Amino acid sequence: MRNRDAAYWLFLTPVLAALILVVIVPLIYGFYYSFTDWNGLGTPDFIGLKNYMDLFTDKGFLDTFWFTIKFSVAAIVVINIIGLSLALIVTSKLKSSNILRTVFFMPNLIGGLILGFIWQFIFIKVFGAIGDLTGIEAFNGWLSTTDTGFWGLIILTSWQMAGYIMIIYIAYLQAVPEDLIEAAKIDGANSFQRFRHITFPLVAPAFTVSLFLTLSHSFKIYDQNLSLTNGAPYNSTEMVAMNIVRSAFTENDMAYAQAKAVIFFIIVAVVSLTQVYINKKREVEL
Amino acid sequence: MRGKWKLWLIGFVGFILALLWLTPFYLMLVNAFKMKRDIFADTLGLPETWTFENFRQAYEQLDFLRTLFNSLLISGVSVVIIIIFSAMAAYALSRNKSKISSLLFFVFVAAMLIPFQSVMIPLVAQFGQFGMLNKAGLIFMYLGFGCSLSIFLYHGTLKGIPLSLDEAAKIDGANRFQVFWYIIFPLLKPMSITVGILNVIWIWNDYLLPSLVIGGAGSETIPLKLFFFFGQYTKQWHLALAGLTLSIIPVIIAYFFAQRQIIKGIADGAVK
Repeated sequence: MRNRDAAYWLFLTPVLAALILVVIVPLIYGFYYSFTDWNGLGTPDFIGLKNYMDLFTDKGFLDTFWFTIKFSVAAIVVINIIGLSLALIVTSKLKSSNILRTVFFMPNLIGGLILGFIWQFIFIKVFGAIGDLTGIEAFNGWLSTTDTGFWGLIILTSWQMAGYIMIIYIAYLQAVPEDLIEAAKIDGANSFQRFRHITFPLVAPAFTVSLFLTLSHSFKIYDQNLSLTNGAPYNSTEMVAMNIVRSAFTENDMAYAQAKAVIFFIIVAVVSLTQVYINKKREVEL
Repeated sequence: MRGKWKLWLIGFVGFILALLWLTPFYLMLVNAFKMKRDIFADTLGLPETWTFENFRQAYEQLDFLRTLFNSLLISGVSVVIIIIFSAMAAYALSRNKSKISSLLFFVFVAAMLIPFQSVMIPLVAQFGQFGMLNKAGLIFMYLGFGCSLSIFLYHGTLKGIPLSLDEAAKIDGANRFQVFWYIIFPLLKPMSITVGILNVIWIWNDYLLPSLVIGGAGSETIPLKLFFFFGQYTKQWHLALAGLTLSIIPVIIAYFFAQRQIIKGIADGAVK
């Protein structure tokens, strides 16, 4: 197919039109708006870096940011540990493997919004009931403090996403050749040694994929945040995505919200690229 | 003998975890059948009297059939469009090995890095100006956000389809479009299933984009309607839980029938 071919451009037109109008033009306009005082209506006036300067002294936004970072780090660790454990269980030749896999993956199909509402019920009503029944104080008042909101979000996203990460680990675990394991067994390697020296290095690329996915997913999380805590108490469990939406569509501070969105974009892009780069390098060295 | 014990132990741990994983669904389901006072009296046990009244009310309040239809329509049309147009684009990009093709492919892949929140504000403003904040506009937006990953996945598969197939069909007198539609597209079927599954899960569950694009009463999708519904009945858990249960049923049915393809699709989509 040559470039001059009408067919070539005909084939590309629908997706190009959509990508340009839906992603590229808004991205460019977004950069421009972030340097103005635009409020959604009328003509924007250029105000230079003022929005960005304001961001760095905006305690609400900085707190949101810090909360998101803490959440992402905890989520990456917890989700990957659970996901890998589930994958090891499911691939260990149990008769119930298929059913287990189906069950562990199930929460992933349901939207974060619905799952957040279900867990809101569990944390408030069910935990409350368990607290009353057992007299253990730790079960009472979930989602009413910043800490319980934080761990509530971690529990919710881990329950949802561990099954997804499990699927990725399973794909790599099943690619480990059986005879390699058998040979190591005959040579007298115990199960930990076999995991450490054979399975682990072969499954290493799965960490690239999983860390990358959990990081970008947790950093961008919105639905779960909205339905589980809605930022309560006092916006202390609000994450960046939600903060941007709120300042744009509730407070109508469009240009300021857009400056946050630009920072958000740069961080997501840089982190994603770095992660891919580091993991690619490590894979080669192995 | 030791191996057998270990397998038994792993199986046991797996069983306990599976129960734990299902507990939230169990709690949602049993409490959806309880009368309001029963939820307060006993949250953990089975209902004293099973009632369908919660479901009847939730069904009515959610305008369930219409909401379900909206979700089916928007997800269905979006996914079909994404599949056909992304496959076409990936085909053009993989068969034309020029600088323009590499550049365009790079742009599509790079677009995957852009988070929704960083384009959302100008997007809504601009589509609003042109009166496109409606279902058609929403479907077009899904094409824009969904095509990148889909093109990327198709592109990988197309590399493995030999060029000689195209040429043989061309000699037989087929034009570009016929070659694609009758020869290439059928060969892409396994990938189309993967692309379809990945996109349908995302679009079906999406809340933020439709909440900004379709406001009008009567055109809400399930997550949208549920959000309003939940806000209305926030202290009335018996109704809220029945609504949640209702809205999960279509997904569970789909999962029951297609779980093999779904899990395979997810694995293919994530690993590549």
